Amino acid sequence: MVDLKVNGKTHAVDVPSDMPLLWVLRDVLGLIGTKYGCGIAQCGACTVHVNGASVRSCSTPLAAVGDGEVTTIEGLADGTNLHPLQQAWIEHDVAQCGYCQAGQIMSAAALLAENPSPTDAEIDLALQGNYCRCGTYNRIRKAVRSASEAGVAIFDPATEVTA
Amino acid sequence: MSDLNRRSFIKTTGIAGGGVLIASFASVPPGVLAQTDDADLVSNYDLNAFIKVDSSGKITIYSANPEMGQGIKTALPMIIAEEMGAAWEDVTVLDAPIDETSFGRQSAGGSTTIPRTWEQMRKMGASAREMFLSAGALVMEVSKDELEASRSRVAHTSGRSMTFGQLASLASRQAPPPEDELMFKSRESYTIIGTSVSGVDNLSITTGLALYGIDTNRRDMLYAAYQKCPTIGGKVVRANLEEVKKMPGMIDAFLLSGNDNPRELMDGVALVGENTWAVFQAKQALDVEWDTSRASKDSWTAMVNRAQSLHGSRGDTETIDKGDVEDVFEDADNTTLEALYEFPFVSHFCLEPMNCTADYRKGSDGEKDSLEMWVPTQRASRQLEMCQRLYGLGEDEVTIHVTRLGGSFGRRTSNEYVCEAIEISKRMNAPVKLTWSREDSVRHDFFRSGGFQSIKGAVDNEGKLVAFENHFMGMETDGRPVSGARFRDTEFPVQNISDAYLSQTMFDIDTPCGPWRAPGSNTNAFVVQSFLNELAHAGGRDYVEFLLEILGEPRWFEPGNIRSLNTGRAADVISLAAEKSGWGRSLPAGTGLGMAFYFCHAAHIAEVAEVTVDADRNLHIDNVTVAVDVGPIINMSGATSQVEGSVIDGISTMMTQKITMEEGQIQQSNFHDYEVMRIGQTPSVDIHFIQSENHPTGLGEPALPPVAPAVANAIFSATGHRIRKMPFAEEGYTLV
Repeated sequence: MVDLKVNGKTHAVDVPSDMPLLWVLRDVLGLIGTKYGCGIAQCGACTVHVNGASVRSCSTPLAAVGDGEVTTIEGLADGTNLHPLQQAWIEHDVAQCGYCQAGQIMSAAALLAENPSPTDAEIDLALQGNYCRCGTYNRIRKAVRSASEAGVAIFDPATEVTA
Repeated sequence: MSDLNRRSFIKTTGIAGGGVLIASFASVPPGVLAQTDDADLVSNYDLNAFIKVDSSGKITIYSANPEMGQGIKTALPMIIAEEMGAAWEDVTVLDAPIDETSFGRQSAGGSTTIPRTWEQMRKMGASAREMFLSAGALVMEVSKDELEASRSRVAHTSGRSMTFGQLASLASRQAPPPEDELMFKSRESYTIIGTSVSGVDNLSITTGLALYGIDTNRRDMLYAAYQKCPTIGGKVVRANLEEVKKMPGMIDAFLLSGNDNPRELMDGVALVGENTWAVFQAKQALDVEWDTSRASKDSWTAMVNRAQSLHGSRGDTETIDKGDVEDVFEDADNTTLEALYEFPFVSHFCLEPMNCTADYRKGSDGEKDSLEMWVPTQRASRQLEMCQRLYGLGEDEVTIHVTRLGGSFGRRTSNEYVCEAIEISKRMNAPVKLTWSREDSVRHDFFRSGGFQSIKGAVDNEGKLVAFENHFMGMETDGRPVSGARFRDTEFPVQNISDAYLSQTMFDIDTPCGPWRAPGSNTNAFVVQSFLNELAHAGGRDYVEFLLEILGEPRWFEPGNIRSLNTGRAADVISLAAEKSGWGRSLPAGTGLGMAFYFCHAAHIAEVAEVTVDADRNLHIDNVTVAVDVGPIINMSGATSQVEGSVIDGISTMMTQKITMEEGQIQQSNFHDYEVMRIGQTPSVDIHFIQSENHPTGLGEPALPPVAPAVANAIFSATGHRIRKMPFAEEGYTLV
């Protein structure tokens, strides 16, 4: 039994320590927003944050998370206030099938937390590990840019504590 | 009007709960309705199967067809809301249950949903509007002719108005007007159709709450994986079941004997556990003995060798012979070209792996068994048919919930992942979620078939196309062509010229194939539009002029058939794409423009690619200009998304994607050996719609076929190098 911190809550979980974070989130905690796409850290559908950094949860064993703070797509909004990226994704009608978009948004959120005004090249670099099979990339780039240009303060749990 | 449509006008019970039972508008005792008008209670009123309005004015519209990213869950309710006179912000869209008696055909595929349901959706909206107007006339004591419905209100010419919410109860009791009396709004008066509307599920998608099939969770649900033979058709002999059963989190492991139908149940090993990880781990540890004596022996290498040996000959079956192509080819004044084109098998790679949740319950005390399923599927009626045939369960015993689909592209039309889940649930007598691994999803796909075309054509001394011949080499299984393995006599430019000869040789294969976004068109377009470009170049012609000359006078090939080529619509999109792309301008060395036109799925589409290629064959696609005529656009945002997505999918596939098989085994398994385009490789896509007066048609597929030949023609223009084979990576090109 280990304690796992997800979206500000601590859960006692009783699973093998080599179980990837993805399956702990989906099958044990019922947080299905994080998606399984490839299982080999190639597609990015399973992207979550551990201590603010984006990681591929399909290839991150539970043991490697330790007492790290996990944030999933379900925990990205601040209560009922959507994250600027979620708002931008809706405004730009980014999603087609939508299956990859949680991972895309989590990768973009980690980028904006570190670099609030990225260039297109920086956006491409940060999101190059996230496949979109439907081909929504141009809208993804526009949405990230509009969320950054909006100049909205990006919620960052790591800096929030010290601020 | 079909029976289904007529029945769909019958008022139904509150299908998703909360509705007032109105079996027939005439038979409801007045007291019952009075009770539901209680001010403390928000009551729902059914206008017809698709529309419910509550007393607060909230409008619920049911989406009855599968949503896989093509946008119909937003577009179809937009059509209803437009005709109804609803304000879009009052509309909530809910998924309808599977009930084809009430909703008509509940499927998606072949870019047919918009053309098939356009009239039905308009009728549903217009019928509800008329019922509101009748109710308004009664309450306001005015003539119905003096009323208008818009912005969810019924307004009188005097300025008086009432909301849909105020009128909902009475409106629901009005007789739906006869269908032949329904009037539709004029295009000029549209306020919803043709605008950009953000997808109705975008909030749930961006917050992680949208439910795909793979997200299904039931009380006491077990998790399952299924291992089939890596060689298609192999039979299971034995497996180390006792060993894997002992692994952490495992509950059971057993063999299943199949019916040798890859679309239903193939032999394999079922693994059941407490979570997906447990069964995936057990799958890794499986040691299975397979009998492959009667399994597939398919070999891509052998197919390539055979095609090369057949190149230059005619096929064993003639499909069309008109005029005298031999005579034209022998004429010394003409220039004749001949080439072999090749395209590979490709996989669907939907990002959501295949899955199904089944809850099979044995009937007690002589009652029939029952089955409830959560299926990401393009056609639930196929599952219903299969349940009847294989399990003896009729529609009363089977409940199917169609979930959102994490991509499909034609993939989710078969039953095997459903059958596997049913079999495992039946054995466990518990709800079971079956999840295929990515590797299963690749190796056991129903592939876009590969093939070859030995193609020949001639231009006269003025550079005019005068003859066209094609030997199509495609795949068949059990004597039947697989999906898309055909070259019809309606392929452009066969109908447009007087001398043409088509023949085919079919290669018999066991590898399962199925529909893949624009079947047949996605490869025929590459071959024909590239080869016509070769001919235009040989004749010293500009490609746009060459195409317009072949098209000739504006006309329908089959007047009245929206699915036939219209040369005027074709010429218009070609001219528009040329204009918008700056066709004919001078370009720096290493940069080129390429045009392609294709007609499929009733859509006339022309695309121009602008590319820059360096000496190492690094290919940068600077821009793709697309001109589309699919009639009026319903949701401009959704339509643009479909075109852009199709172009990107087409480029992604054209550049790197290839499935090969040797000794019957598929050789690719995951994203490390099968690449999908990444964000940094994405070109800008510049889209222009000609919103002609024609019947609106679908956009999920037809923008894909023209992009590969447009890029190949642009590469030729930039470098002089002609590509006759997909993927382009095999010719040394890298997308940068």
